[in-house]
Amino acid sequence: MHDLVAITPLGAVRPKVDSHGPVTLTEVTDRALASVAARLGHEAETATALERLLGAPAPGPARHGGKSLMAFWMGPEQWMVEASFETHEDLARQIGSDLGAAASVTEQTDAWCRFDLTGDGLADVFERLTTANVRAFEGGEAQRASVDHMGCFVLCHDARHISVLGPRSSAGSLHHALLTAMRSAH
Amino acid sequence: MSQVNRLNGGLIDQSRSISFRFDDRWMKGHPGDTLASALLANGVRLMGRSFKYHRPRGPLTAGSEEPNAIVELRDGARQEPNTRATTAELFDGLTARSQNRWPSLAFDALSINDRLSSFFAAGFYYKTFMWPAAFWEKLYEPMIRRAAGLGSLSLKADPDNYDKGYLHCDVLIIGAGPAGLAAALTAGEAGLSVILADEDSLAGGRLNAESFAMGQQAGHAWAAETAARLAAMPNVRLMTRTTVLGAFDHGIYGALERVSDHLAVPAEGKPRQILWRIYSRRAILAGGATERPIVFENNDRPGIMLASAMRAYANRWAATPAQEIAVFTNNDDGHRTAADLTAKGVLVAAVIDTRPDAPKGQGYEVIAGGTITNTSGRLGLAQVEVTDAKGNRRQIKCGALGVSGGWNPNVSLTCHQRGRPAWDVDIHAFVPGGTLPEGMVVAGAANGVFSTHAALHAGAEAAVGIAADLGHTAPSPDLPEAEDAPVAITPFWHVSGAKRAWVDQQNDVTAKDIKLAHQENFTSVEHLKRYTTLGMATDQGKTSNMAGLAIMAEVAGKSIPEVGTTMFRPPYTPTAIGAFAGRSRGTDFRPIRKTPSHFWAEEQGAEFVEVGMWLRAQWFPRAGETHWRESVDREVLQTRRSVGVCDVTTLGKIDVQGSDAAEFLNAIYCNGFAKLAVGRTRYGLMLREDGIAMDDGTAGRLAEDHFVVTTTTANAVGVYRHMEFVRQCLYPDMDVQLISTTEAWAQFAVAGPRSRELLRKIVDPEFDMTNEGFPFMACGEITVCGGLRARLFRISFSGELAYEIAVPTRYGDAMIRRLMEAGREFDVVPYGTEALGVMRIEKGHAAGNELNGTTTALNLGMDRMVSTKKDSIGAVLSRREGLNEPDALRLVGLRPVSPDKPVPAGAHLMTKGSAVDAAHDQGYVTSACYSPNLGHQIGLAFLKSGHERMGEILRLVSPLTGIDHEVEVVSAHFVDPEGDRLRA
Amino acid sequence: MLINHPLLGPRDASEFIYKGDAALIHRPDPTAPDAQEVFIDYGYLRDNPAGAHRELWFHEQGDRSWLVVTRDTVTHEITEVELARDVARREGRSK
Repeated sequence: MHDLVAITPLGAVRPKVDSHGPVTLTEVTDRALASVAARLGHEAETATALERLLGAPAPGPARHGGKSLMAFWMGPEQWMVEASFETHEDLARQIGSDLGAAASVTEQTDAWCRFDLTGDGLADVFERLTTANVRAFEGGEAQRASVDHMGCFVLCHDARHISVLGPRSSAGSLHHALLTAMRSAH
Repeated sequence: MSQVNRLNGGLIDQSRSISFRFDDRWMKGHPGDTLASALLANGVRLMGRSFKYHRPRGPLTAGSEEPNAIVELRDGARQEPNTRATTAELFDGLTARSQNRWPSLAFDALSINDRLSSFFAAGFYYKTFMWPAAFWEKLYEPMIRRAAGLGSLSLKADPDNYDKGYLHCDVLIIGAGPAGLAAALTAGEAGLSVILADEDSLAGGRLNAESFAMGQQAGHAWAAETAARLAAMPNVRLMTRTTVLGAFDHGIYGALERVSDHLAVPAEGKPRQILWRIYSRRAILAGGATERPIVFENNDRPGIMLASAMRAYANRWAATPAQEIAVFTNNDDGHRTAADLTAKGVLVAAVIDTRPDAPKGQGYEVIAGGTITNTSGRLGLAQVEVTDAKGNRRQIKCGALGVSGGWNPNVSLTCHQRGRPAWDVDIHAFVPGGTLPEGMVVAGAANGVFSTHAALHAGAEAAVGIAADLGHTAPSPDLPEAEDAPVAITPFWHVSGAKRAWVDQQNDVTAKDIKLAHQENFTSVEHLKRYTTLGMATDQGKTSNMAGLAIMAEVAGKSIPEVGTTMFRPPYTPTAIGAFAGRSRGTDFRPIRKTPSHFWAEEQGAEFVEVGMWLRAQWFPRAGETHWRESVDREVLQTRRSVGVCDVTTLGKIDVQGSDAAEFLNAIYCNGFAKLAVGRTRYGLMLREDGIAMDDGTAGRLAEDHFVVTTTTANAVGVYRHMEFVRQCLYPDMDVQLISTTEAWAQFAVAGPRSRELLRKIVDPEFDMTNEGFPFMACGEITVCGGLRARLFRISFSGELAYEIAVPTRYGDAMIRRLMEAGREFDVVPYGTEALGVMRIEKGHAAGNELNGTTTALNLGMDRMVSTKKDSIGAVLSRREGLNEPDALRLVGLRPVSPDKPVPAGAHLMTKGSAVDAAHDQGYVTSACYSPNLGHQIGLAFLKSGHERMGEILRLVSPLTGIDHEVEVVSAHFVDPEGDRLRA
Repeated sequence: MLINHPLLGPRDASEFIYKGDAALIHRPDPTAPDAQEVFIDYGYLRDNPAGAHRELWFHEQGDRSWLVVTRDTVTHEITEVELARDVARREGRSK
């Protein structure tokens, strides 16, 4: 076991939690991520392997889903698989062996920061940040979108729980933008 | 002072009083007032001075089309010039100042311009300030700037915030008058998602300004009730104080919501305004119509206003500009003003109707076939001169005159794409025409349908049509009985023979100016506009363009549709620049990217520099260092002597996998990658297809089918995009997959003769770190600190024995601390981007200054890298003759002949004895620094045939900065030219 | 503008980066005897129609697909949007 201490994207040892009005904003650091892109001619194989990993079919365009593991669609024949960091810190290597030569797998865990917004009136917050039509989201959407000029994924679990994955290096700016929009909207 | 011209009733709260100040006078008004209505109620008609002649002016309108009553609102940093008193909602403590006057509004020194007006006709600036040319900068421009100018700025930062946002709807309804409300009700009940936007604080449009009933209710009461019904519908968003500013492609609209303008200070955390981008599937423009004036002699005195505005002040705001008024009209609508003001107890001295068959007055005199031929009153109207049908003149005493020349549909938004208004002979006005913005229909007065009954039904029908179009069924709307009078108008644009008759009151354009423009052959309507400035003021000619066109048509002997109309462009009303900036200002101008060692570097007191969006440590000052060069020199010397560490995470990292990955790299790099062994890294140069260098970096082969490509910090995004283009568009059947991993890994350069010893303490013992086991340009996946997955590359930008080590980003902070701690025994030093730059210049490595978008592999001295054994992007055109001239620029080093002299980047090279001009230019310096190792400045330069000119003495010149001294051409490799250190 | 992405539906043009004429897909044969001339045409010469224009857009703030968009340069009407990879294959860029 190595002895290096991780810090959160916002630079602390523990994730940050903020509340304003009906909305709670939570920094999420306990997820591991790996991208999976089907190799040319191995699309079906990749889909089967993903279904086995997720316990559900690989999500279609702009969707997320899964049972045993979660995944969201990133682009044609490309997904991001998500798992618990505690059990899957080396997720890319772990699923890489499941997928074999059918897909290209790349570690993405620390490329992203993630903030979860929970509570009522989330659409009022997001309409100040992104062109994504969050008011129409019902759950299961995964839209790559610019959030206050930062390239993010907006994942809707349900109308009262939405995750934003953004570039880790901009975690401070993204957190500031989300909190500012919460204060403006509520 | 009391509210001498306050009437009873109105839609204001007369039970409460609020205070406001205009210039140095405090007055009282009521909640619901605008600044203009409150001033009128207080007996104030004079509200400003005109732009050119400084004529005294009062409000012409009661809305956003106002040309005259333009004031500076608020104090201190919130001071805002050029605000319309007619739309500024009154709040307790509001302050405002009149503009364009000195020393006071009542006595203005520059009103002398008015006496000199014969010199200031159309085109005056162009004619007068032409000669002599030298006078322009020194005399004319400063003079004009002093005299003109609308209002003044606070010159302080705006303390308020502005948001931007994005809304989606099935149907956007613009305007909440009768047509808009009926449309919203219908669409809302059909289940469509609806946005109803209106610039006013109250929904209702003209219903709030008129006295007629809707069914059993007052019109304003129906509007309020309907607005409340809409607000309660979850699928309807009623947005008051929201102006739709522009119609853009594919159903996109821009709208400005004034969230806090009606408050003294925005609430905590709330914006002052929000600029919304609205994505609509359909839109209904129900923006109503604007009354137009008639042009006559001295028609601009305070107290002369549109008849509809006078009615609005009386009915909605319970204010009248005077106790005795008259009306000048060419249609039945003017009579409504007379009737409504009579009902409010205001004396109507006469209605002057240009029509010989004018209707009879109901308790007021009607002068049929009459015109107004002059007015008098120094700072406000005192009387009008009426010429009746027989030519007899008489004076009529009145403090205000309502003028009605008919109504113009508000077609502005229909023109923002490809719409071209069409002339409607029945109402004598332009109505929407041509191709409307995609998905837009127009309803009600905006479409030339002026009766309330017809507007209600047109709005509802538009919504029914859209609902059906979008697959919904709209129930038939429940609409009240409403006024349904026909339009009765005989066109009458201006009283002929007038000399000082104002067409555009904001830009002081007279009827005479328009005739003059025509006489001088400015016959196209667009030329007329620019020559006279008609319609070019902040009101964009909403009340003046039509009269201008009519006069133009008359002098040209054409019809109005033949003359045509000028185009309307966004924004519909003036918009604060802050709203377009949104939150993107100051430190929030754009997102900031922080490196994994940022928090640690902050603790060290590092100076940071912006590189793209990244903040990178520029140097790390130590106690006692007073100049940045001391810190940088120390960092360079210490790195070259022992070991230094630098965060290089910002370099782009792109994961390239697939069975064709090597072939793909062969396509994007000009040099070969197919034969690169697993566990090895290679420098690569990417060309653009035109043969110019695009970017450089290294690519490491982690497996047969897996590479990690690095890019420069600045080009990371562009290179990725380019690689996707090559993959998807040029070689769609290559098996290769790309993803950026820049942010996933914290990467540190560890450079210097003791770097291996330092890393030996970090890298887990099972990995061979010897020069043989991990030689120059090796790479591999390793573990560190007892098992953490990591990547190690033996590459060097500094020219020293060096490595780059990468760990998952969350451990980057711990890694930099560990490197510093473990390196203490080797005298480790952190270095910033300045030292990084000094060392790469000393080593002669090209960077952004050299890969500057104009240089080729040949210029960079890398022409032999462009493989002829394979194809690659840019290879063909890099061999063009013009890029391979014998005297092409070559990268060289420069050394000042006198060691104390600078070698500044940007300076040019000249042969000794030649003229200093572009024709004799030999090249230019791209990068320069002080080399602490050599003890003098050095530079990298592009020099014609530079590779053959080693040792030559050249003249270095920079006429702008006074540089002119000698430099010697030397190899660009100032340090360790043989490369022994990096292979040690 | 809105671009009707074949996989994702209508998306704001601000999510995309514009590159230019879709003729850029047809990179010439570098081994042809007149390769220099043909590459000059490919690199520098463009039609500039007032009307329908096939052009390349990159969905940078989206799924990173290159698209071929047929857009009327006068009216901005977009009549067809395809994945550039499909177009490239159809038009002979397959190996």
